[in-house]
Amino acid sequence: MSDVELTKGILLSHGGLAEGMVDAVRKIAGLEDGVLVAMSNDGQNPQGLADKVDVLAGSQPVVVFTDLGSGSCALTAQLTCRNHGSRAVVFGMNLPMLLEFVFHRGLPLTQLVPRLLEKGKDGVKAAGPG
Amino acid sequence: MPAVLYRIDERLIHGQVVMGWGPQLAVKHYVVVDDELALSLWEQDLYRLGLPETVSAEFLNVEDARARLSDFEDDDRKTMVLTRTISAMRGLAESDGLRGRSVNLGGLYHEAGRTERAPYVFLGQSEEKDLLSLAAEGVEVFARDLPGSRRIDLKDLLA
Repeated sequence: MSDVELTKGILLSHGGLAEGMVDAVRKIAGLEDGVLVAMSNDGQNPQGLADKVDVLAGSQPVVVFTDLGSGSCALTAQLTCRNHGSRAVVFGMNLPMLLEFVFHRGLPLTQLVPRLLEKGKDGVKAAGPG
Repeated sequence: MPAVLYRIDERLIHGQVVMGWGPQLAVKHYVVVDDELALSLWEQDLYRLGLPETVSAEFLNVEDARARLSDFEDDDRKTMVLTRTISAMRGLAESDGLRGRSVNLGGLYHEAGRTERAPYVFLGQSEEKDLLSLAAEGVEVFARDLPGSRRIDLKDLLA
């Protein structure tokens, strides 16, 4: 049986959003150390944050999740993932997407990322008014 | 119409600028002055992603921007000029380029060798000297990250 290289998740957000989301995933699904790592852009410029993400990511496959599709977190994510075949960025993270990540991070990125997008979008629903 | 704000912010075009200062000042055009960024079209595109459709941006090196300062002042569109560094802003201020103008310090973050002067302003010794030089050239320097937050004048920032 071949070893599957598991993907690491790095969450980049404004304020404490990333930390809160990791905490929520931990409470719902349990979480081993290092599977999802939260980072905030508080007090950081994009390059400084990108350097830290680079160190955390190392050489293993990584999905960098961001809160928004533009702005300093998104820019940082793109700086660190550009020209890296084993890194992907997913913008607009939400809880359904992160839970999907935790349970399917053994998949290759080419299969994992579309699943994350699908779960993330499917997770946005409404009830009412009326 | 004179440029509405000259701002030093390591994050350049980001949420505080686009959603904070931009609507407050009705900014329609951003001029980003940075020698490295002026050469990187893909990074310029990344910054443009954060802009509303009705707002434009251009990216210039310091020398070109200095030559066009009067264009920014005469532009009908409300324009914000952004630099990543104090030295780039000093480059614009050469030869009285910014005399009588205000420069806003909006975000200079923690790095080795810098001291915290405000939660969003960390400065090294040479940077503090550069700011004092800017002030000596007739530029009013103040720190304020968002329009509604407390303004900190340079003398209080460096006290």
